[in-house]
Amino acid sequence: MQGGEERPSAAEIRGWLSEVPDPEIPVISLTDLGIIRDVAWQGETLVVTVTPTYSGCPATGVINLDIEKALRDRGITDLRLERQLSPPWTTDWITAEGREKLRAYGIAPPIDGTAADGRPAGRIARLSGTSNLTIACPRCGSTQTRKVSQFGSTPCKASYVCNDCLEPFDYFKCI
Amino acid sequence: MGSAVNQAAFFEWLCRIGDNCLILGHRVSEWCGHSPVLEEDIALANQALDLIGQTQFWLGLAAEVEGKGRTADQLAYLRDAAAFRNVLLVERPNGDFGNTLMRQFLFDAWHIELLRALEKSSDARVAEIAAKAVKEVAYHLERSADLVIRLGDGTEESRARMQKALDTLYPYTGELFMADASDEAVVAAGIAPAPASLKAAWDATVSQVLAEATLTHPGDTYQHKGGRKGVHSEHLGYILAEMQFLQRAYPGATW
Repeated sequence: MQGGEERPSAAEIRGWLSEVPDPEIPVISLTDLGIIRDVAWQGETLVVTVTPTYSGCPATGVINLDIEKALRDRGITDLRLERQLSPPWTTDWITAEGREKLRAYGIAPPIDGTAADGRPAGRIARLSGTSNLTIACPRCGSTQTRKVSQFGSTPCKASYVCNDCLEPFDYFKCI
Repeated sequence: MGSAVNQAAFFEWLCRIGDNCLILGHRVSEWCGHSPVLEEDIALANQALDLIGQTQFWLGLAAEVEGKGRTADQLAYLRDAAAFRNVLLVERPNGDFGNTLMRQFLFDAWHIELLRALEKSSDARVAEIAAKAVKEVAYHLERSADLVIRLGDGTEESRARMQKALDTLYPYTGELFMADASDEAVVAAGIAPAPASLKAAWDATVSQVLAEATLTHPGDTYQHKGGRKGVHSEHLGYILAEMQFLQRAYPGATW
């Protein structure tokens, strides 16, 4: 304390990162998205560990630049970003608050624990309606919705349409 | 165990998996702006993006294992055709939408089995890439299997096209299950499964989906090979001419 400059705590830095919006879905922040895996000081260097969402997500590079800019703006100059692949990012890490923000924005949030396992048996179960995968329309709340395409405006979303209010919408699919 | 593996064999194996993703990703990206409907255009572009993303991981690791200071980009953009190790299946021309979908399905059904096995790799770097990619590929397979069924069990026209695509592409699937000394080295080190060990699960998925699609399984046909050893069809040259143009014409260009 005496004479020295207090360096910000990891919690304080996480707070700053919670104000950095996702470049593609700016209503949620990087911490809402659950991609900040660790914030820690290693000696004088701040190390921020980030996990990519999808392997080819073009936002990954922009996210790293945004993190760097946000922290430099707060006066942190000795900074290193590290990529962590394992355990792989899952939509289960999107915070409850983040899910509400998505819904309010018009994107149906992911449903926990329903990621596709790719086996035809799972697909058949979903088609025959024995699966519990019901995507509610983010606009009118109806559960009478149908999938238009497995891939929507970005790899992380699928295209749906509501059978009741007829609005098309994105579903942030589980992974 | 992992450290004992011959690094040249490991590099060769990583190029095979990375090049499969790269060339198929490029092929699929060729649809961008040309698909029959907007939703499919977007789906194809996003799937290409997944594959190119996975390529960055695999070729990035290949470059690291090779230890000659090359990067994933240099491997992708500065090797000539004979140095590419992808199977012939992925360099097959797109043809019509049905042909593209059939190629994707035959590949996805294999890709998912490979990645599931690689999640248990003795090399932690391989295991973590596989654990990441397998979740994406689950969606690829769900989509391609769905569309093969819908188009196969569809109109007379769509069914005929899907059967033709199947008959054309099936003879290129055998290469996915072939093995040579490089494969044997990575299998012995516990890095990867024996290619042939993936065949039964692949057969089961393919048979089930084709039956549902009311398509006739081609059975035992002649199987083409060569890509895994760098002996490619003429199609790869055209792919590389387009894909590598920028880095060949303007070496080191960035934006």
